[in-house]
Amino acid sequence: MSDAGRPPLLQARDLTRVLEETVPVTLCEDVSLSVDRGELVAVTGPSGSGKSSLLYLLGLLDMPTHGEVLLNGRPTHELSEEERARARLETIGFVFQFHFLLAEFTALENIMIPMRRLHRLSPNEQTARAEEILASLGLRDHMQKRPDQLSGGQRQRVAVARALANDPPLVLADEPTGSLDTHSSEQVFEILYDLVTAQGRTVVAVTHDIEMADRMGRRIRLIDGRVVDDAKNPAFKNPAFNC
Amino acid sequence: MKLLLEIAFTHILGRGRQTLVSIVGVAMGVGFAIAMAALMEGGQVDFIDSLVDTMPHVQITDERRTAQLQPAEVVFEATEFRGLRPRDDPRGILNPTAATASLRSWAPGDLAANLSVSAVVRFGGAERGVSVLGVEPRDLVRVSPIEEDMTVGRFEDLGGQSSGVIVGRSLAERLGADPGDSVTITAAETISRRFKIIGVFETGVVGTDERQVYMLLKSAQVLSGRPNAVNDIRIRLNDPDIAPAVAARAEEMLGYKAVSWQEANEAIFEAFEVRNIIMYTVVGAILLVAGFGIYNIVSIITHEKSRDIAILKSLGFTQEDIRRIFLTEGVLMGGVGSVIGWVLGFWLTVALGAVTLELPGQTTEPVNLPVIYSWLHYAIATMFALSSAAVAGYLPARKAAAQNPVEIIRGAT
Repeated sequence: MSDAGRPPLLQARDLTRVLEETVPVTLCEDVSLSVDRGELVAVTGPSGSGKSSLLYLLGLLDMPTHGEVLLNGRPTHELSEEERARARLETIGFVFQFHFLLAEFTALENIMIPMRRLHRLSPNEQTARAEEILASLGLRDHMQKRPDQLSGGQRQRVAVARALANDPPLVLADEPTGSLDTHSSEQVFEILYDLVTAQGRTVVAVTHDIEMADRMGRRIRLIDGRVVDDAKNPAFKNPAFNC
Repeated sequence: MKLLLEIAFTHILGRGRQTLVSIVGVAMGVGFAIAMAALMEGGQVDFIDSLVDTMPHVQITDERRTAQLQPAEVVFEATEFRGLRPRDDPRGILNPTAATASLRSWAPGDLAANLSVSAVVRFGGAERGVSVLGVEPRDLVRVSPIEEDMTVGRFEDLGGQSSGVIVGRSLAERLGADPGDSVTITAAETISRRFKIIGVFETGVVGTDERQVYMLLKSAQVLSGRPNAVNDIRIRLNDPDIAPAVAARAEEMLGYKAVSWQEANEAIFEAFEVRNIIMYTVVGAILLVAGFGIYNIVSIITHEKSRDIAILKSLGFTQEDIRRIFLTEGVLMGGVGSVIGWVLGFWLTVALGAVTLELPGQTTEPVNLPVIYSWLHYAIATMFALSSAAVAGYLPARKAAAQNPVEIIRGAT
C-alpha cells in the first residue's frame, strides 16, 4: 500500500501528551506510527486508553507535549495556529461521535461551510459539490432540512459529508458510530469503507466496536496511552490502490 | 467575511429577546446622547449668537492693562522711585477724533464712540442708580441691535434732542415714569439736568433694561463735566471671528485696553468646555452601560456556542475567524442600536426644540429650548456606541477564540 517515493500521508513520532493538572495525566506516551494513503485504520482500546487524544493530536487539533506529527512528510509542530487551521481545512476531515452540525444551518449549508471558508470553488460549484456529496450518501431529499429535522443516522451522514466537503485525503473519525443504532452504524461504516476502497482516501477511526475494527485494514490497539498492538488485516483489499 | 457574518447573524437571532434588549440599550444611549448634545450645543450656539448680536465685537475703554509709566520713570534709569506723586491724567481716551478716524481706516466694520457715565435718575420720589451712555445715535444703531429693541419711539429720534433720553422698560416701570415725562439725572455728584423720556426699549436682559439710559454724546459730556471726552469705543465687525486680531491691533495702536467679545466671555467659554467634557463623559458612561448588555449577550452566546466554536476550529477556522464572529456580533448590535438611536435622538431633539420656557428671573421673553441638528452629534454618539460594542464583543470573543476545541469536544461527548 505504499507509494514509492512519497512520504507517508500521516506519521507520528514519539507522541506524548500530558495534561498539566494538579496531578499530571498522561494521555499518550511515545506513540510512533505511520499511515499510508489508502489505509483504513481502526484505533481501539479500552475507555481512557488515549484513542481520542491520539486522534486529536494526529488531526492537529491538539499539541503534543513531546514528539511530532508529520503530514505528507511535513513536520507540523512548528506551524503557526493559522497554518495548522489551513492544514485541517485542506487535508483533514473530522467526524465525531456526535454530529456537531450547526443547528441554525440546513444540511446543505453545513456542508458548504468548509468550502466557503476555503474559497477554492465558486459558489455555484460549492452548491453543486455539496448536493453531489449529499446525494451520494443517500441524503438527496434532506438537503434543506436542519439537523433537528433529521434522524441520528442522517445527521451523522451529513457530518461525514461535511468532512468530505473540501475533498481531504485524510478522514479522522472519533467513534463515528458510537451514538447510532446498528442499522445506521452499518450505513456509516460502509460509507467510511467506501471512502477508502472506492475513493482512495485514508481513514483513521477510533472505535469500540471490535467487529467493525476487524473489518478494517489495520488495527492499532492502545492501552494506557501506549501502542500495544499494530496489525494489518490480511483479508482487507483496497482496489483503489491495487492491493 | 460573508460566512462569518452569516454565522454571527444566526447567533444573535437565536437569542432574539436578549439581543433586542441589548440593542434597545444602545439605542437609548445613542438617542439620549444625540438629544443631549443637540440641546447643550444648541444652548451654546444660541448664547454665542446672542452675544455676537448684542455685544460690541471689540470694545475699547479708557483703561490700560498695565499701569502707565510715570514721566520720571521714562526719563531716569533708576531701579526704584520713592515719593513720586503720580500724574493725574484726565479720564477718557486721548484725542478721540484721531483715534476713531484711525480705527475707521482699517477696522472692517462700523464704529461708535461713546461716553459712559454713572448717574442717578430721579422721578417723583423714586431714585435709581443707572449707567448713562452718551452716543451718536446714527453710529450706535450700526453697532448695536438697540433699534430692534425699541418699544416706544425710534432710537434715531434721539438725534438732535439734547434733552431727550431713552430708557429701559423696567427702569421706567420702577420709576413710575412714562414716555413724555421728565426725569432728573445727576452725574459727578453735582451736575443735575432734566431730561424728557422720548423712547423706551426692552432688550429682554433684566440688567440692561433696569439700568441703561441713552442720551446724546454731547449731553453726557455736559452732564459729566467732561467736554469732548469719549471713554468707550464700540466696533461691530463684518466678521466677528477676527475680533481678537482687531482688538490686539487696536490696543497696540492706541495703548488702551481693547477687549474682543471672545475675551470678554472667556470664563463662559471655559464653562462651556467643562460642560462639554461632562456631557461627553455622561454619554460615554451611558453607552458603557449599554456595552455591558452587549458583553452579557455575547458572553452567553459564546458559552452556548462553545461546541460550534470547537467544530468550526476542527473544520479549519482560525482563532481570528472565531474572534471576528463574536466581535461582529457585538458590533452588529452596536450598529443596529445606533441606527435606531439616530431615529430616537432626532425625535427627541424635535420634541425638545418644541418646548417653550419662561425664565422670569433671567429674561422677560419666553424662549424655545434652543437645539441644533448636527451630523457630528450622530457621528460621535455612534463612535462611542460602536467602540463600546466592539470592546464588549471583543472580550468574550477573545476568550471564545482561545478555547481549546479538544476540551469542548471531550466535554460534549
